[in-house]
Amino acid sequence: MTTISAAAPLKGKRILIAKPGLDGHDVGAKVIALALRDAGAEVIYTGLRKTPDYVARVAVDEDVDAVGLSVLSGSHRDLVQQTRASLEAIGAGDIPLFLGGTIPAEDWPDLYALGVKQIYTSEMPLADVVASIAKTLK
Amino acid sequence: MAVSTTQQSPRDETVVAPMTPSGIELPLVATARDHAADDSLPGEYPFTRGIFPDGFRGRMWTMRQYAGFGSAEDSNQRYKFLLDQGQTGLSVALDLPTQCGYDPTDPIARPEVGKVGVSLSNLSEMEILFDGIDLSKISTSFTINGTAAIIYAMYVACADKQGVPRSKLTGTIQNDILKEYVARGTWIFPVRPSMRLIADSILYANDETPRFNPISIAGAHVRDAGSTAVEEMAYTLANGLAYVDELIGRGGDVAKFAKRLSFFFYVHMDFFEEICKFRAGRRLWARLLRERYGVTDDKALMFRFGVVCGGSSLTAAQPYNNVMRVAIETMAAVLGGAQSIFTAAYDEAFQIPTEFAAELALRTQQVVAYESGIAKTVDPLGGSHLVECLTDRMEQEMIRVMDEIDAYGGVVKAIEDGWMQSKIAERALERKKNVDSRKTIIVGVNAFARSGEGAPTGEVFRLDPAAARRVTEKFEALRARRDNGAVERELARLSKAAENDRENLMPYLVDCAHAYATVGEIVERLKGRWGNFQEPVGL
Repeated sequence: MTTISAAAPLKGKRILIAKPGLDGHDVGAKVIALALRDAGAEVIYTGLRKTPDYVARVAVDEDVDAVGLSVLSGSHRDLVQQTRASLEAIGAGDIPLFLGGTIPAEDWPDLYALGVKQIYTSEMPLADVVASIAKTLK
Repeated sequence: MAVSTTQQSPRDETVVAPMTPSGIELPLVATARDHAADDSLPGEYPFTRGIFPDGFRGRMWTMRQYAGFGSAEDSNQRYKFLLDQGQTGLSVALDLPTQCGYDPTDPIARPEVGKVGVSLSNLSEMEILFDGIDLSKISTSFTINGTAAIIYAMYVACADKQGVPRSKLTGTIQNDILKEYVARGTWIFPVRPSMRLIADSILYANDETPRFNPISIAGAHVRDAGSTAVEEMAYTLANGLAYVDELIGRGGDVAKFAKRLSFFFYVHMDFFEEICKFRAGRRLWARLLRERYGVTDDKALMFRFGVVCGGSSLTAAQPYNNVMRVAIETMAAVLGGAQSIFTAAYDEAFQIPTEFAAELALRTQQVVAYESGIAKTVDPLGGSHLVECLTDRMEQEMIRVMDEIDAYGGVVKAIEDGWMQSKIAERALERKKNVDSRKTIIVGVNAFARSGEGAPTGEVFRLDPAAARRVTEKFEALRARRDNGAVERELARLSKAAENDRENLMPYLVDCAHAYATVGEIVERLKGRWGNFQEPVGL
C-alpha cells in the first residue's frame, strides 16, 4: 500500500480524466488533470467527445484507480448513468467515479445515488480536490 | 441583515496589486511621459478612439442576448418575448448535436438534444424558429462554427422561403473554427478543409448577402478558457490574419472581404485593461492590414466587434454579486467602443438563465445606455494618461505574443500540434492557483465569503423534459415526409463538389438545405471526403 506524502498525495495512482458526450469545455478537465499530475498521479486524458463505452474501455485497458468525468452541458445525469452502466457491463463497476463541472446542487443527491463518489465545482480549491480524491482512494 | 466580513478578510485585501491580470505593471500616477502621442480622432485611422466619428450618438450598440433552448417552438417564443422587451437583435444558441454535426437521433446526441441551445437539424426547424419574425427587419447572430456553413445555408434558404431578398439579411455567423480547436471544442473536420469551408462561406456571403457578417473571429472562448486579455486579443488577431491569408489564397480581394470581418471578445473584470484591450486591438488590426496587406480603404481597416460580459468572471457563490460584475463589464465594453453587447445573466455560472435573470441582464445594459451618460461623448477616456499608457503597453504585448506564434510556425501548425491548447491549459491552471492562493481576490469565493454559505438558491430553470422527445419525433416525421430522392441527389452533388478544392460549396449547401437534408447527413458526406480532426490530447 502506498503511503500518502504531503507533496505527492496521489503517487502511484492512475486516474482517467474523461469528457463524455459532446460538451467541448475542457478547461476544467485539463486543470484537474494537471493538478492531479502535480500531486503525483499518472493521469490519462481522453480528449473530447467520447462515448461512455469508450471511457469504460479505456478505464479498464489502462487499469486506472479512478475515473473523473467532466460535464458542463447539463447532461451529467445521463452521462453518469451511462458510464456507470458501461463500467458494470465490463465488470469494472468497482472503479470509483468522480464528477466535475456545472452541476446544480439539487442534482447532487441523485448523482451520489447513481454511484458518484464525490462532486467538484470550479470554485473548490485544487488542494481540496486533490485531498478529497486521495482520501477516497486511500 | 448584517453581514460579517471579518472572517477571511485579512489585511492583504486592502493592498491593491500594481499589475493588471495580463502582467502589465501600472504606474502609480500616469503622466504624458508614459505614452506616445496618438492624435487620431474617432473614425480616423488607426481607429484607436473608435471606428465611427459619432460614436454611440450615431448608433447605439446592438443589445443582443444569447438565448435558445429546447425545441424551435420554445426558442421562437423566447425570441418574441425578448423582441417585445426592446431587444434589437437575436442571438441563437444551438444545441451541441447541431454544433458538432449530429442529428438528434444519433446515440451520442441523445443526452444533449436541446440542452445548451436549440436543436436545428434542418430547414423546417429554422422555419419554425423564425416563424412570425421578419428576417429583413431583424439582425441575427448564430453561435455556430463546425457546422456554420450549413446553418448559414439554412438561413439563406429560410429567407428564400419567407420571400425576403438575400441582400436584406443582416447579422453574424460565428464561423471561426480556429478557436474551436484551441478552446471551445466543436470542431469536426481537420484544420485544412475547415479553413476551406470558411473561405467558401465568406466569399459567398460577400456576393449573396453583402450586409451579413460571415465570420466573427472570436477570442472570447480562449479568454474564458484561461488566457489573459493580451493573449485573447493576440491569438484572435493571429487567427484573423490566418483567415485573411486563406481568403487571399482563394483569390479573394482583401479590400473587399475585410469589410465583412468582425470580432468577438469576453469582457472580464479588470476595468481599464478591458477598455485598453479594445483600443489596442482596434489600432493593431488596422495597422496590420495596412502595413502587411496594403489595405487603404478605411472601411476595410475598421475593427468591428461584439462582446459578451460575464462568463468565467461570474461566480456560483453569492450569485447576485454577478449583477454588479456585469454592470462594470458593460461599462468597460462601452468605453472600449463595442458594436454589440451581450450581458450574461447572474445565474449563468450554474444554470441556463431564468427569464427573470435574462431580463435583468438586458436591463443592465439599458441602464448603462440610457441613464449613465457614458455613451454621449465618443471615447470619453481618450487622452487619459493611464488609458493611453495601458493601450500602448497592451499593444506591445500583443505584438510580442503574435511574434511568438509566428516563430512557432503560425497558428495552423500551433493548433495541429496542440501547442496553443497546452498554453491555454497552463494559463488556466495558473489562474486557478492564483485564486486558490488568494493572489487574485474574488468576492464571495475566496474573500468575504460567509461560512456555511451553500449553493445558490432561488428560481431554477428546468428544461421541459418532453422537448427532446418532440424534437426527435419531428425529425423522424420530416424524414418520412420530404422527397428523399431529392435529398440524395443534392447530397451527391455536394459530395462531388467537395472533391475540387477550388469549388465554392455554399450553393450546394443552400440546395441541400432547400431539399431538407439534415445537418447530420451533410456532415457525414463531408466527413467521407475529409475525415475527422484528430485531437492532440497530450497534457
